[in-house]
Amino acid sequence: MSTKKPVLQVKGLRVSFFTDDGEVPAVDDIDFYVREGEVLGIVGESGCGKSVTSLSVMGLIPNPPGKIVAGEIKLNGEELTSASEKRMRQIRGNDVAMIFQEPMTSLNPLFTIGSQLMDATLIHKKGNKKQAKKRAIDMLKLVGLPRAEELMNEYPHQLSGGMRQRVMIAMAMVCDPKLLIADEPTTALDVTIQAQILKLMKRLNIELNTAIMLITHDLGVVAETCERVVVMYAGKVVENGDAVDIFKDPQHPYTRGLIQSVPDMRHKKQRLYSIPGNVPRPGSIKQGCRFAARCEFAFDRCLQEDPPLYKTAEGHSTRCFLFDNQEGKVNDNRATVTS
Amino acid sequence: MTTEPLLRVENLKKHFPLRGGVLGKEIGQVKAVEGVSFTVQKGETLGIVGESGCGKSTTGRMLLRLIEPTEGDVYFEGKNVTDLSKTDLRKMRRDMQMVFQDPFASLNPRHTVEKILEEPLKVHGIGSPAERKKRVRELLEIVGLSSYHAKRYPHQFSGGQRQRIGIARALMTRPKLIIADEPVSALDVSIQSQVLNLMQDLQNEFGLTYIVIAHDLGVVRHISDRVGVMYLGKMVELTTSERLYDMPLHPYTQALLSAVPIPDPTFEKDSIVLQGDIPSPSNPPSGCTFHTRCPFKMDVCEQKVPLLQEQEEGHYVACHLYSKDGQAASQNIDKPEEVKI
Repeated sequence: MSTKKPVLQVKGLRVSFFTDDGEVPAVDDIDFYVREGEVLGIVGESGCGKSVTSLSVMGLIPNPPGKIVAGEIKLNGEELTSASEKRMRQIRGNDVAMIFQEPMTSLNPLFTIGSQLMDATLIHKKGNKKQAKKRAIDMLKLVGLPRAEELMNEYPHQLSGGMRQRVMIAMAMVCDPKLLIADEPTTALDVTIQAQILKLMKRLNIELNTAIMLITHDLGVVAETCERVVVMYAGKVVENGDAVDIFKDPQHPYTRGLIQSVPDMRHKKQRLYSIPGNVPRPGSIKQGCRFAARCEFAFDRCLQEDPPLYKTAEGHSTRCFLFDNQEGKVNDNRATVTS
Repeated sequence: MTTEPLLRVENLKKHFPLRGGVLGKEIGQVKAVEGVSFTVQKGETLGIVGESGCGKSTTGRMLLRLIEPTEGDVYFEGKNVTDLSKTDLRKMRRDMQMVFQDPFASLNPRHTVEKILEEPLKVHGIGSPAERKKRVRELLEIVGLSSYHAKRYPHQFSGGQRQRIGIARALMTRPKLIIADEPVSALDVSIQSQVLNLMQDLQNEFGLTYIVIAHDLGVVRHISDRVGVMYLGKMVELTTSERLYDMPLHPYTQALLSAVPIPDPTFEKDSIVLQGDIPSPSNPPSGCTFHTRCPFKMDVCEQKVPLLQEQEEGHYVACHLYSKDGQAASQNIDKPEEVKI
């Protein structure tokens, strides 16, 4: 696994929005990578910066007010932050494609499914019209849509939500991208349809070896589809590691709280754990750990210093002073509290 | 179960007209709710689950007559709500309140929290202005906010806090029954659990009865004593939450439960992935409405509508696999007992 080289490498990425009230950092110094053919999950609650991260990779941050202030984004070794718009247009849809949450609004209602599907092939000059059409029909079949030939001449409003999301996936996969970014791809769908779409994405991942960066707030979806997980909170990566490690041995107090907050369908808990307080507004916390105000283990140092990422195991790291070896006393304390 | 239930719903139906053409003539009907019956005992929580378009929200609104039912009766403490005059209905609503899904749309942005919370008391002519103000502050504390929040406007609150205000508003008139339509689905996970805990605390403290309508099966299991599953306007299964999650009988319930992603990467489940989409309620399939997607479909399912029958004590299911018509035809078909979730 670890021998596979990364498709996407993000280092020290900082994205800010410049508003009337000054600079608001939405994503603050984050690092992560996506390996070839793997599924990486990015989890977090609203406002944690997970969508801004994905838009930065696509070069779609609205500017102004948004701007990539610092950091690098490398796709197959090519730096994207300094790439020209012309180059970005060649990359988008070809090397990296994206599907969005709202399948209703991300398809153009005025064009047929066929013409929207053929666009990508034609724009990226991967074939003539006839080849593009054949490719489009093949893709519709690949994503499991019935009557592919007829669908080519239909309009988005004639399809259900689940079918539209399949069309979106077909469109993203037309040029055989190395990386697919899926931003909350199943949030707007019903559970039985969600199960179909997740199964489809997993199948494409295995059959076509497409790496997937899955952005979601649903821990269940992450557990079911992802190999590695990045947990974000208030614009920072607070924990990352293998999915099994994250769920079996969550280390950051936020990750632990989040996992315990979810009602489990398999057995009834008497009372749910809940993290006190609210998700902070971006940019509202200037000093210390961003989670300190809601953290039950917070101590003085958390309020003053911003913790770095501590490596706690192979491929697992956590942004929390509890894992600083110099804070030995607190470490012991943690062991008793969690048991 | 011998006492008169707090709420008894009998054969509730709602057909919305579909209009078309130049003159807006009725060209068809959307059968949003098609004969739903259930009871709710005092102090219990009934969960209603289903996917979009199954009629769960329409059902919730009909109980309060926010949507007028086409057919059927709703008895609240033995009184038929559907026969009440406007004045009597308004009095009745003191005892039945609603919490809505969207905490952004359900609070008037131009009113202070105090005005929003005071409104139900004014409408029902309860208390003097001073008493009303006192009750507003009291309830803000009860739902975990502070009395100084009374002078603020909704936009100054986060989603979770707004939902607390929505709950406080529903509690103002000291109701007996609260109908909560997707109370936590617009909230973040960490906030969702705060609101669920609050709802449970309030139930214990004030002896409230809840009807919780939701699509999240985990949430419903957590909060409900009994759960009803709806599909295309019909109740297909109704039983205690333990039984429903441990031993679902209806193939739709089984598929629904197996479709929910479990937050545990090492958990192996046999998932049943249903084919196709939910049919349109304006043109529902014949017989059992689930037959187009059902893995255990028999011929009888296309012809006869299965009735909601008591299969085991307190466990109701509407499926031919368990009906007399179906038993005869199902000799050579695998029984769904073999499906483990």
